[in-house]
Amino acid sequence: MNIPAELKYTKEHEWIKVDSGTIGITDFAQDQLGDVVFIEYTAEPGEEVEAGQVIATIESVKTVSDIYAPMSGKIVSVNTSLDASPETVNSDPYGEGWLVNIEASDASQFEGLLTADTYKTQVES
Amino acid sequence: MSENTRRRTPLYDCHVAAKGRMVDFAGWDLPVQYEGVKAEHLAVREHVGVFDVSHMGRMELTGADAEAALQRWITNDVSVLAEGEACYSPICYPEGGIVDDGIFYRRGDNDFLIVINGANREKDYKWFCDNIREGEDVTLTHPDAGDKWALLAVQGPKARGVLGRMAGQDLTDVPKNRLVEATLSGIDGCMLACTGYTGEDGFEVFVPADRAVDFWNALFEEGAQDQIMACGLGARDTLRMEMRYPLYGNDIDETTTPIEAGLSWTVKPKKGDFNGRDVLVEQMESKPPRRLVGIEMIDRGVPRSHYKLFSADGSEEIGELTSGGFAPSLGKSIGIGYVPAKPHFAKPGSELKVEIRNKKLSVRVVKTPFYRP
Repeated sequence: MNIPAELKYTKEHEWIKVDSGTIGITDFAQDQLGDVVFIEYTAEPGEEVEAGQVIATIESVKTVSDIYAPMSGKIVSVNTSLDASPETVNSDPYGEGWLVNIEASDASQFEGLLTADTYKTQVES
Repeated sequence: MSENTRRRTPLYDCHVAAKGRMVDFAGWDLPVQYEGVKAEHLAVREHVGVFDVSHMGRMELTGADAEAALQRWITNDVSVLAEGEACYSPICYPEGGIVDDGIFYRRGDNDFLIVINGANREKDYKWFCDNIREGEDVTLTHPDAGDKWALLAVQGPKARGVLGRMAGQDLTDVPKNRLVEATLSGIDGCMLACTGYTGEDGFEVFVPADRAVDFWNALFEEGAQDQIMACGLGARDTLRMEMRYPLYGNDIDETTTPIEAGLSWTVKPKKGDFNGRDVLVEQMESKPPRRLVGIEMIDRGVPRSHYKLFSADGSEEIGELTSGGFAPSLGKSIGIGYVPAKPHFAKPGSELKVEIRNKKLSVRVVKTPFYRP
């Protein structure tokens, strides 16, 4: 299971790149979901979102899963290239398969996120 | 059901070794996928895939009155079956609702093999027993006794070739729905049934349970040149959905009739009396109140089981989907559901709405099967 050390994580299996505000789902999450076929964004660029709010829904062949804003802030951009190639979430979850970019309203929010080690423990337990 | 109490098929260790993701399926510990649903689905369409379907119930029905009893229990007509031939049939209640569906093989004059859904083992057995008449000469084995065989579905355009090499005989001319005895890779006592649930050519293979692992290993060795793949319940579901084959508990159940479900071809009133006959004949002659139709998305989204269906303008709730999801061979999302049997709802080309997460999205009724191999 690939869990890059430089990223932060949530219990809901999302990763956050702190310096850019980029968010995606983890390798574990994409593996659990299986083949991703459609990503529906329920929040648009420019929109202010609250931590915990559903910002996207990922449909895989097997199931459907909500993506939550890991922190409050403004949606800067969403990855529209996934419209044409949703499977990128499976093949490159930490890279081209990113989902949204959020400008955090308050940097202190990052302190509540999980470190790679803590997340790893959660996944393996 | 907890992991410890789930029932295991003779191939459990093979699934774990092949990195199958094990889930609870009607009390059985079975793989939902190995590599991934899409890859497994496409392997069956393009090459050959293998499913462990040993959870399915198998009963043997014998006795001087076996045929007469079976004719009353199911809607299809087994009297026309020659030895070694099979038919698909619903099993109905007197009210026309469906107890289960299964495959019925004739092995002799009054000797039948019945394959039914794993989740319905106890229910079907009890139902059949309740329907044996006083003084009738009928012996029915409990479905659990059928676990003396493992059952594997070997499906796809290369299935016939792989199994033919294992049998050391040409299987090219074995027709659909035929059951033949075979020795496969030295394993005696196997039976090959030319049936399946994927729409592809292929066989369902009965293997003595104590040789199931040997068969699995031999099959993968022989099938390697044809890119054989182990396939899980996920691909089994997407494959059958593309064919619009009904899944008991989803698309058909005690509240639906075979006529509503588009299974009129399995209902044979001319054979005489059987459970559900009056209701089914009435629905065939007039019109059933609703029909099971196939839909595909016009708007973007993935329709799923239990999502509600509405009229084209979204004002009237008309039914719900009984199956739905992404169809890997079509590259789009499809669904199956019941709508009132009126042309503007049920006719191919009709536009409807499906509610996905509080949004009403446009769908189109389409002809089925969705996919034609």
